[in-house]
Amino acid sequence: MNIKSQKDFFSGLMFMGVGVAFAWGATTYNVGEGARMGPGYFPLMLGILMAVLGAVITFKSLVVETVGGDKIGKWAWKPLSFIILANLVFGILLAGLPSIKIPAMGMIVAIYALTFISSMAEEGWKVKNTFILATVLAIGSYLAFVVLLKLQFPVWPFFIG
Amino acid sequence: MELLSHLSIGFGVAFTPINLLYCLIGCILGTLIGVLPGIGPVATIAMLLPATYALPPVSALIMLAGIYYGAQYGGSTTAILVNLPGESSSVVTCIDGYQMARKGRAGPALAAAGLGSFFAGCVGTLILAAFAPPLTELAFKFGPAEYFALMILGLIGAVVLASGSLLKAIAMIVLGLLLGLVGTDVNSGVARFSFDIPELTDGIGFVTIAMGVFGYGEIISNLAQPEHEREVFTAKVSGLFPTKEDFKNMLPAVLRGTFLGSALGILPGGGALLAAFAAYALEKKVRSKPGEVPFGQGNIRGVAAPESANNAGAQTSFIPLLTLGIPPNAVMALMVGAMTIHNIQPGPQVMTSNPELFWGLIASMWIGNAMLVILNLPLIGMWIKLLTVPYRYLFPAIVLFCAIGVYSTNNNTFDIWMVGIFGVIGYLFVKLGCEPAPLLLGFILGPMMEENLRRALLLSRGDWSVFVTRPLSAGLLGAALLLLVIVLLPSIKNKREEAFVEE
Repeated sequence: MNIKSQKDFFSGLMFMGVGVAFAWGATTYNVGEGARMGPGYFPLMLGILMAVLGAVITFKSLVVETVGGDKIGKWAWKPLSFIILANLVFGILLAGLPSIKIPAMGMIVAIYALTFISSMAEEGWKVKNTFILATVLAIGSYLAFVVLLKLQFPVWPFFIG
Repeated sequence: MELLSHLSIGFGVAFTPINLLYCLIGCILGTLIGVLPGIGPVATIAMLLPATYALPPVSALIMLAGIYYGAQYGGSTTAILVNLPGESSSVVTCIDGYQMARKGRAGPALAAAGLGSFFAGCVGTLILAAFAPPLTELAFKFGPAEYFALMILGLIGAVVLASGSLLKAIAMIVLGLLLGLVGTDVNSGVARFSFDIPELTDGIGFVTIAMGVFGYGEIISNLAQPEHEREVFTAKVSGLFPTKEDFKNMLPAVLRGTFLGSALGILPGGGALLAAFAAYALEKKVRSKPGEVPFGQGNIRGVAAPESANNAGAQTSFIPLLTLGIPPNAVMALMVGAMTIHNIQPGPQVMTSNPELFWGLIASMWIGNAMLVILNLPLIGMWIKLLTVPYRYLFPAIVLFCAIGVYSTNNNTFDIWMVGIFGVIGYLFVKLGCEPAPLLLGFILGPMMEENLRRALLLSRGDWSVFVTRPLSAGLLGAALLLLVIVLLPSIKNKREEAFVEE
């Protein structure tokens, strides 16, 4: 059996999987009946509907011809991992992780880290340019969010502030 | 005249210095993101929502609305000068607008887009003001069954009129509805799908989803593509004003575009994108005068009509939101979120309970449109300079504003992790060819739909036939079914695919 549309095949599988998971999860709550719906009723309905839709999408992807097979193509691992990593590091540096005793380093440090890590997602980034960008962003964010909007952020590392 | 007294309340609110300022900020930001390819109004409004907590609700909504219609103006600049749609709704403007720029007529093209948008914006605002009260009257007759049926119609409409695979779009809606149910169930107090994580019992924040899927997801897929060769016609913008001949050709096109755009904006699922496509298609059907430049080679009608239509559509898509509380597209879904943050329940009661907010917002749109003409035509040089900013300086800033914005909503790092997760999911959607906009609509409507379904069935004692025996509800469901059938008819199906694939 040939997959005629790779994108549809895998998205169908995804919808089926997630639909079944939600429907199964919904049965652990009280489902009830039409007139007295429990918390599980609506999610169970939707979960089943989504699983059915997923099945139809997968089925069609095996039957209906498409131009060029609708390939998913290469995953852009590099941008994906650097952007998400930048996001995670920002969170850890900004407020720390009390559960494993990582102290907060504050917003300024976090902004420099985020700018550098996310810039690495693209080919041909330069240290000097990125440093300038990070400085501009740090000063701008300090003025906009801390001075102007008065948001409550840890700004400086724990040993200074 | 009731309309006049309403509008005078509105202008009274909108003309206060603070609201004028926020309107201006919204318009500038809107133009900015409209000009810059790679960031759209959904991600921007999501980023700015947390910053509007401190503002009075009217000012917050005025600013956010300004971003939405401002983006329609800015998007056309990029489309004409760089042949890249700054906004998805200016995709068709690229075709003739860029050709005009190549022939050294960038100025008239920009003027046609700007003036057409202004005219359409004014008409759209008037239609909004005139249609809102009667529709609100109607909305008060709605019971839970009607609301449920209306939401079904809205959701179906949203996917039927959107591009891409219909089945996948419906599946994305259902996924959105399910994600909307995460958290504590209001009726039983049971925390659903929260995996015993305390933060999840409050539900997933829609800001997190919007930023992750629209912000991070798009950045990642933009970076994955090799950088485009950009050819910017910066030096050639001279002589802004169109010739007399241009005006003669433009005027009927602007009128047609405005009319079509206003009508399509009101429909569920309508709004700026669809309006622009339809207006361009219509313009191509209208017979050309002898000696007119053919379409695709720089016809001014091909710029004026879609640009008027997308602005009119952007304006009138506020009608379902303000009168029924039902968002017709993803941006409006965010506006629902913005209203709830400020403790305003969107729906027909807004007009009576918060008249100054309702009419103030409408009046501000007219003022905003006037501001945008000034911002976009005489100051065009400034925006052109922005086009030369490389993406490599932009995307780290977007990542940063998403992260800061989402942290400030609850001062909790948990939200930052969630944005990261939704960023990965968003990229997965891009790879699998699943449009994320219906997901956001479903997410906003999920809890509302469950609540209305529950009430409707409680009143009918579990009898599902209530949805077809009440005439209004039956009519709405019938319309939804009709829409589905029409799209699935083979002849129309092919046309629809053609319309979105074309160009």
